[in-house]
Amino acid sequence: MTKNLRRWGPGLLLLSPSLILLAVFVYGLIGWTVKVSLSDQHDALGSKGFVGLDNYVYLFTEDINGRFLHSLRNLAVFTVVFMVGTMLTGLLWAFLLERGVRGEGVFRTVYLFPMAVSFVASGVVWRWLMNPSTGERAGGLNAIFQSLHLDFLQSEWWTNPQWGMSAMAMPAIWQLSGYVMALFLAGFRGIPNELREAAAVDGASTFQLYRRVLFPQLTPVALSAVIIIGHMSMKMFDLIMSVSGAQWLTEVPAVYVWQALLTSDYAKAAAISVILLLVVAVVVVPYLVYTDRQEKRA
Amino acid sequence: MTTTSNVAAPPATPVPQHRSAARRRTPASMAGAAVKYTLVLLFLIIVLMPAYVLVVTSFKSGSEIGVSGQWDLPERWTTESWAKAWSALRPSFLRTIELAVPVALISSLLGAANGFVLSRWRFPGADVVFTLILFGMFIPYQAVMIPLRDIVTTIGLPPGIPTLIFVHSVYGIPICTLIFRNYYATTVPEDIVEASRVDGAGLLRTFRSVILPVSIPGFVVTIIWQFTSAWNDFLFAIFLSNTRNGPITIALNALAGAQSPDYAAAMAGALITSLPTLVVYILLGRWFIGGLMAGSVKS
Repeated sequence: MTKNLRRWGPGLLLLSPSLILLAVFVYGLIGWTVKVSLSDQHDALGSKGFVGLDNYVYLFTEDINGRFLHSLRNLAVFTVVFMVGTMLTGLLWAFLLERGVRGEGVFRTVYLFPMAVSFVASGVVWRWLMNPSTGERAGGLNAIFQSLHLDFLQSEWWTNPQWGMSAMAMPAIWQLSGYVMALFLAGFRGIPNELREAAAVDGASTFQLYRRVLFPQLTPVALSAVIIIGHMSMKMFDLIMSVSGAQWLTEVPAVYVWQALLTSDYAKAAAISVILLLVVAVVVVPYLVYTDRQEKRA
Repeated sequence: MTTTSNVAAPPATPVPQHRSAARRRTPASMAGAAVKYTLVLLFLIIVLMPAYVLVVTSFKSGSEIGVSGQWDLPERWTTESWAKAWSALRPSFLRTIELAVPVALISSLLGAANGFVLSRWRFPGADVVFTLILFGMFIPYQAVMIPLRDIVTTIGLPPGIPTLIFVHSVYGIPICTLIFRNYYATTVPEDIVEASRVDGAGLLRTFRSVILPVSIPGFVVTIIWQFTSAWNDFLFAIFLSNTRNGPITIALNALAGAQSPDYAAAMAGALITSLPTLVVYILLGRWFIGGLMAGSVKS
């Protein structure tokens, strides 16, 4: 026992500041948030009585105008467009560059640069680009479409009540496709060259090479990319605040939390946060367990 | 195959093009090349378009921002919008430096210590502990924000930058631990640590004399990563600070967020806000990418 302690003790000691901080500030505070979400603390005074799952039931069934369900729908539209958009664009870019392009470094640097910019800063220009006015007063992208005589492409962008959130995903796609590209490029380059050569010896066409040999090798990379993009999408807040501000049309759960806190409705904000956490955890926890197992096998 | 070893050798490292020699110049392959180059150039233009708008608009005066000629070059190039934006953002720009630099150093140091223990000084259950640490980097921070606001006041942290330094350092621990753990696992051979142990060196001496001297690439990656995250953060900033004591994203949001903002000043402001992280990206691109790759945990 003392021998083990002497062997492992120092390591644990070095680790302990971080472990204590994370135990308190990640797990402890999550517990606290859960507790608030089960209380009736709906204003700054707060009676703090225990009300069970009432706040959750309220969000799904009684929320005014179905506000929470509306925010979930917005999030769903945003997530689908954002994920499909970044995955396809990123894969296409990686595919194009992987095949050897003169000046590859320049293209890679440019495709990836939006990643270095904050959503708040890029939101400024995207708000301008997605100016919903058309016709005489058209601005931003609509003005470009008009001058190219592509008037039918003019759009209300994010102000469309039905599908506006798919326009909101455009800046996010612009910002993160380069990241997915970088992941896929690393994936392509991790494939041993012998595999390509073997396929060539077997007389595989280029199409077959990608379809049967290379793409299957990229599955783990694609999984990582989906998880990362997916959980970023669930948390999307900065971009929406910057492009549209907090408003009904573009409200997602992360923005709803902020709005609920502005009115000091702590219990409601906490319940939305916990739901958000659960949605992320459902995706991320199996992924973390899976990667841990993969690593042990390796 | 792994993307995690890229901290040592990021994908930005040029890879020899094995296939170019084998390519023959048939009409089909030339048509393919034409399509390929058309596409990569088209995407280049699309990606750069918002940057063009930002730069061009920022050099217009507030009065030139009308409906007509939005995409044109300025009739009269002027820096008055830059001056306006700078005077609005300057205090918060300086505060953000005071925020991002300590955050980068603190979480990198903690991450190096953790990464070393979890990769080369392991104890039973180290993997479970690692996974529990990692989970912290995926959580939506809303799930901790409500009590966090109270607790930072309770422990007596001054509002604004000191609070944000603490918060970013804590929530940066998972990613820095991940980066250093993978870095040490791929670049520091187990034998060296074992040999140092056999020689009777304790944990701290091994860390100082064997590990730290080879850690610089890892530090570059985590410092860039944490600097960028703290600089670009908006969520913690809006919950835990305000325009008087907060970082630059808050100030930019105030400058640009009005109902009908002065777009020339707003875009100059967006450029000022982005400049530090863009410079880091352009000068230290390959390490920047190293941090990005680490975000994918494993593959």
